[in-house]
Amino acid sequence: MSVKLETRQVGDVSVVDVAGRITLGEGSSALRDTIREMVGKNHKKILLNLGEVSYIDSSGIGELVSGFTSVTNSGGQLKLLNLNKRVKDLLQITKLYTVFDVHESEATAIRSFT
Amino acid sequence: MRENSRPAPETLERFLASTLDSVDRAEELAVGVAQRAGFADEDLMKIGLAVRESMVNAVVHGNRYSENKKVRLSVTQNGDRYTVRIADEGEGFDFENLPNPLAPENLLRTSGRGLFLVRSFMDEVQIRRLGPGGTEVTLVKFRVSK
Repeated sequence: MSVKLETRQVGDVSVVDVAGRITLGEGSSALRDTIREMVGKNHKKILLNLGEVSYIDSSGIGELVSGFTSVTNSGGQLKLLNLNKRVKDLLQITKLYTVFDVHESEATAIRSFT
Repeated sequence: MRENSRPAPETLERFLASTLDSVDRAEELAVGVAQRAGFADEDLMKIGLAVRESMVNAVVHGNRYSENKKVRLSVTQNGDRYTVRIADEGEGFDFENLPNPLAPENLLRTSGRGLFLVRSFMDEVQIRRLGPGGTEVTLVKFRVSK
C-alpha cells in the first residue's frame, strides 16, 4: 500500500488521516498536494493524524517540514497527532520533534489550536 | 532463531535500473538477507531505511534516473557482519561538505537528511568515488552492535 489521505472537518480544524507509506514518489507527493490544496483553500488549522503511517523516509520528513513551513507562512498552524514509535524516533533523531507541536489525543490537539 | 546461532553466509548481487521501483526492490532484497541473518526487528527497520536512502541517492542524485545507467547492489552476510554496497554510475557528489541537517539554520530545510539517517542507523558507512565515474556507498551492520 502506498499512502491514503482522508480529510475531515472537526469544528474549524481540518484533520487529515494519513495511512501507509510516506516515501519518495507517490506517498510524499500525495501529502504535498493535499497540504497545498488546503492552504490554497485558506484552511488555517491543520492536524495531521499520522497514527496509521507504517513507513516514512527522509523525503516524507521533508514533506512534513515543507507543509509546516507553508502553513505557517500563510498564517496558519500545522500540528501532528498520534506518532508511532518509528515516526517519533525519526523526528527525534533529526531534531524536528520539538519543531512540531505533537499531540497524542485528538481532543487535546483540537483544543490547542488558537 | 537463537541470538547466538550462526546463520549460513549469504551473498547476492543485482544490477538495477535507475528507477524508484528499484529502490523498493533493493530494500526488500537487503532486508531479506538481514532477516535470514537473524537481525532483530528494530535493526531490520534501520537497515531497510539506510538502504532505501542510499538507493535514492544513487538513483536520483547519482544516475539521475538515466535509462543507460545501472545501480549495482551487493549484499553479503558472513557471520555477524552484514554488508551492503550500493554503487551508481553518476558524476559523484561532494559528500564531505554536506550541510549539517541538525544545525539550527538547516532544521527547516526540506531535504538533506538522507545520508545523516544512513550514518545514524548503520555501524559503519564508507563512501568512495569510483574510478570510471560513480559513487559507492558501503553500509555495515553487526548482528550484535559493537
